[in-house]
Amino acid sequence: MTMPAAPRDLEDIELDLLLEALHQRFGYDFGGYARASLRRRVQNLLIHTGVANISQLTERVLHGGVPITEVVDQLSVPVSEFFRDPPSFATMLRLVFPLLASYPHINVWQAGCARGEEVYSLAILLEEAGLYERTRIWATDISEKSLALAREGIYPARELPQYADSYRLAGGRHSFSDYFHARYGHIKLDDALKRNVTFAPHNLAADGVFCETQLILCRNVLIYFQPPLQQRALALFADSLVRGGFLCLGEKESMSRHEIRERFTLLDRRAALYRRNPSAHG
Amino acid sequence: MAELPHVIAIGASAGGVTALRRLLGALRPPFAAAVVVVLHIRESTVDALVGVLARDCRLPVVEALAGERIEAGRVHLAPGNYHLLIERDGCFALSVDDRVHHARPSVDVLFASAADACGARLTGVVLTGSNDDGAQGLAAIRARGGTALVQAPHEAEAPQMPAAALRIAGADATLPLDDIALRLNQAFHA
Repeated sequence: MTMPAAPRDLEDIELDLLLEALHQRFGYDFGGYARASLRRRVQNLLIHTGVANISQLTERVLHGGVPITEVVDQLSVPVSEFFRDPPSFATMLRLVFPLLASYPHINVWQAGCARGEEVYSLAILLEEAGLYERTRIWATDISEKSLALAREGIYPARELPQYADSYRLAGGRHSFSDYFHARYGHIKLDDALKRNVTFAPHNLAADGVFCETQLILCRNVLIYFQPPLQQRALALFADSLVRGGFLCLGEKESMSRHEIRERFTLLDRRAALYRRNPSAHG
Repeated sequence: MAELPHVIAIGASAGGVTALRRLLGALRPPFAAAVVVVLHIRESTVDALVGVLARDCRLPVVEALAGERIEAGRVHLAPGNYHLLIERDGCFALSVDDRVHHARPSVDVLFASAADACGARLTGVVLTGSNDDGAQGLAAIRARGGTALVQAPHEAEAPQMPAAALRIAGADATLPLDDIALRLNQAFHA
């Protein structure tokens, strides 16, 4: 007998067909994403695009009525905030920055940069530490729309007081307001902060290593992946990091359930900060 | 795969700490259902809240971790600044998606995912609070065959949330806290 808790209902079939269409037609594979959040996002997408059900959405996407960029953006991106989880930034300043300083050229990979809030947060802290001049930040995301918005660097000002607090708690030495212009309820980040940032599309479910980095930030991205896709992303990070390089995950993320943990040493649990082991096999 | 235990999903906002201490403190082990709680808080961590609730509660109170299985006889508390969801395999998932009703964690997000994962083996409980979070989620729980309990608004420190739940979802029973606890013990205290 079919359990009432897990019926193969119409919506499940429709969701599978949508994901299959996105994969086959556009090359975006959301099959490894955690389902509960994905279902919620698809429901929001229906409201956003004004279609009645998932099948109609699939039809509209396949025939160009709804742009694929819009679908990918809605299915992939949560808006972030500046200096989210300030203690993690403070820990990075203390444990990671002094070691970054030992390199003549520094590569940082921000994986899943969404609208760019963390990219600018990091650029500011690197600038204040005197490291930014020799740093290149590779800011990647699956969503082209998000990357375009991240490049613009314009954000609503309504959460500004909280950002200013977080900036200080993260270890900022000046004032967050030194780094943007406020206008019409929005802030525009200083263009100079972008001078060493490369925004580029990269899909953690499909793409490979593209540079050698000393630090990777990937915060609150793995929580949306099922374990096999988490493992794939973590292996990609291990292969991209120099020996002794650093990986910072979200505060509620951990690699404790993955074999890949053997290639890393946990430096700080609260900040989910890991260091790639220096061994030849690491 | 082991079958999911019956789940009691509880949502609370303003006045919620007092209400939860009273309700959870009355649950008696051994308890055959898993309890999952979303409480709106300003803080970004629930470490202190876990301690406060654990003092009065005879069931173990733990923060819900991503990827961890939901367990009967425990109270799982949503972490601060993340939505808490239940996957169909009975594991918790977290998200930093937009706030719902200005809240993260949101009761609606938990309830909707729990309804999807648990179907009829789910009891949704809406307690005190001064917004409308939880009402849509409670409707989703009822639509999937789950049971809806709502704290009597006249008893709630902030009546808006239970009142909204009754208006939008209705309930199988509208009860004072002590009677909600009684009912849960009757059903799940072995």
